[in-house]
Amino acid sequence: MGETAVSPVQVTGTVLTTRRVDAYHALTVVAPGIAERFRPGHFVTVAVGGPHTSMPARRAFSVHDVKPDYGGTVEFVFAVRGPGTSWLAERKARDTLDLVGPLGRPFPLPRDPCACVLVGGEYGSASLFALADSLQQRGCRVDFVLGAASADRVFGALRARRMGETTTLTTEDGSLGLRGRVTDALPSVIADARADVVYAAGPMAMLRGVTAVAVEFDIPVQVSVEEAMACGYGVCMTCVIPVIGEDGVTRMVRSCVEGPVFRGERVRFEDVGTIPFDALGAPGGRAQEGGAHTRNVS
Amino acid sequence: MLTPEMSVDMRTYLAHVELPNPITTAAGCAASGAELSQFFDLSRLGALVTHSITMAPRAGRPTPRMAETPSGMLNAVGLQGPGIEVFLDRELPLLADRGARAVVSIAGGSVAEYTALARRLADAPGVTAVEVNLSCPNVEDLGRVFARDPAASAEVLASVRATMRYDVPVVAKLAPDVADIVAVARACVDGGADALALINSPLGMSIDVETMRPSLAAGTGGLSGPAIRPLAVRCLWQVHAALPGVPIVGMGGVMTGRDALELILAGACAVSVGTALFHDPYACLRILRELEDLLKERGFERLADAVGLAHRPPGAGPRHRIDLEESSL
Ligand SMILES: Cc1cc2nc3c(=O)[nH]c(=O)nc-3n(C[C@H](O)[C@H](O)[C@H](O)COP(=O)(O)OP(=O)(O)OC[C@H]3O[C@@H](n4cnc5c(N)ncnc54)[C@H](O)[C@@H]3O)c2cc1C
Ligand SMILES: Cc1cc2nc3c(=O)[nH]c(=O)nc-3n(C[C@H](O)[C@H](O)[C@H](O)COP(=O)(O)O)c2cc1C
Ligand code: FES
Repeated sequence: MGETAVSPVQVTGTVLTTRRVDAYHALTVVAPGIAERFRPGHFVTVAVGGPHTSMPARRAFSVHDVKPDYGGTVEFVFAVRGPGTSWLAERKARDTLDLVGPLGRPFPLPRDPCACVLVGGEYGSASLFALADSLQQRGCRVDFVLGAASADRVFGALRARRMGETTTLTTEDGSLGLRGRVTDALPSVIADARADVVYAAGPMAMLRGVTAVAVEFDIPVQVSVEEAMACGYGVCMTCVIPVIGEDGVTRMVRSCVEGPVFRGERVRFEDVGTIPFDALGAPGGRAQEGGAHTRNVS
Repeated sequence: MLTPEMSVDMRTYLAHVELPNPITTAAGCAASGAELSQFFDLSRLGALVTHSITMAPRAGRPTPRMAETPSGMLNAVGLQGPGIEVFLDRELPLLADRGARAVVSIAGGSVAEYTALARRLADAPGVTAVEVNLSCPNVEDLGRVFARDPAASAEVLASVRATMRYDVPVVAKLAPDVADIVAVARACVDGGADALALINSPLGMSIDVETMRPSLAAGTGGLSGPAIRPLAVRCLWQVHAALPGVPIVGMGGVMTGRDALELILAGACAVSVGTALFHDPYACLRILRELEDLLKERGFERLADAVGLAHRPPGAGPRHRIDLEESSL
């Protein structure tokens, strides 16, 4: 499962199409440099608000699809949440967008054919179809488990049904598929598919639950996390989560460059939002014996 | 009149060190430079200012560390970094390899810690200047921030100046949310600072009205971006007026060449770009190009002629800048 880093590029792309997909918006943008470097699991960041914007932070979105049209297009899918995504929802064909990508560590792919369960929560499933495509090209079996709060928020159910060996849908309100969460359905899907690996993208709480299930089955799990970002390319240090390294040491790592895809067992989900006391450089921790002060510094 | 092909002399000086142009990254906004070098050649920057280096590794503050605010953002990163040893082993050599002029920012909790950092940097190759981040709590003074205490700031600068090699300029980085920034600036210069950098991000706060809790885990955070530019201009104006001979690196909300020019007219001879880098990895190069065009349009042959020009008496014509140049640099 190796992958090489690619350098991101900045592209001023023209919006080719906009569409609504249930609760979501999808934008396809001509962005050749990004499309040609794309690997499943990569994300892009978008500048929002136009020239003289009052919103300096870029917005991150997983790449849903790339196509060769017009030298290369990139599509991302988003839910309107705040002012940035509201602005994006108003974009029309032929508008231009400032994109940077591809960013982040993509999903590692298995060397040999194996059985893979792909778990998506809400718009998280958007990043799983390009992955499924790559896996199937390598002769892997792909099963999907997609879930959301309600039917209109389950993204990509049709495509999953077309691509997957099996597709299991869950909604919390029971409006589509099984009533419940993806983690309720996951154990039987793993067992039936005799899965060798799990891939997951969605809210942090879901990734935590999926990781627990995979650990129970003793199979590897790759999760794509979503932590608030400002730059998306590693310079602002705001997107950190506690992750256990190869050497067993927990570090606060940037989810935009070391992630967003991590091995699930290495992410300390229960400690997200804290600095674990045993993390490298934690206040009062061993690593500070060198004499540095442990107080807050702005 | 300048013909369009003529270029403006963009060179500037940090004390005696010549920089090919005045645009630098702001401390903590370009990590250690490796990420930006994916986009362009770092030697095209006037200088690359590193994140603030501490003695020991630091995990920083808990998340959320960032909240966007109108035309700005709050951050509470808490100086996350690997510590001076890893910096010297891996990060600094990489900058030198890439031809970057490295200004190393340092942060400590006591005079002794700043001094120890300076000692480690004193014989490290590839240090163009040292910037002393004074927005740090002094553990020997109940956590009172150095930048709010002229005497403590002066002590830090004196010690770092005495420890660093004589040919490496020492820059004092000041905070704007202090009672009298001119008093702190003067104390730093008297202590031995060769140049000043201002402004660091003033403390701010925002509350999420959904969760009804502070947006940042740390509660307060540093405010940066265009929202603080008027504060930066005021601080630069006051400090340049009081200390016209001291080179100042200006920063605070610079997003365009126009904004850089504003800070230069207020008295900055170099301009650092922070938050704009999060929005646009090419911000420094774009701002440099825009600044050069604006200077050209206004008939300047040299960047140095624009430094502090807004301080000339009302009614004085553009010729007056010649006099100002002599009195200001
Ligand atoms: C790697 C990654 C992939 C993502 N993929 C998708 C996707 O495919 N579809 C989708 O709808 N959303 C995705 N998100 C979340 C998306 O970035 C946020 O919904 C968006 O930034 C919200 O912006 P806003 O202005 O509408 O909301 P606001 O809440 O007003 O945003 C304010 C600020 O917070 C930051 N922010 C807030 N929440 C998040 C968050 N969850 N993640 C990152 N930054 C945040 C924004 O950058 C902005 O600076 C992804 C996030 C990450 C980190
Ligand atoms: C995320 C972030 C991290 C920062 N880290 C540091 C730092 O380590 N040391 C320092 O002296 N200033 C730090 N600053 C302050 C900036 O260097 C700069 O003074 C301030 O942000 C104003 O400039 P801007 O508006 O262009 O960002 C940081 C600012 C931000 C936004
Ligand atoms: S988002 Fe800026 S470092 Fe990750």
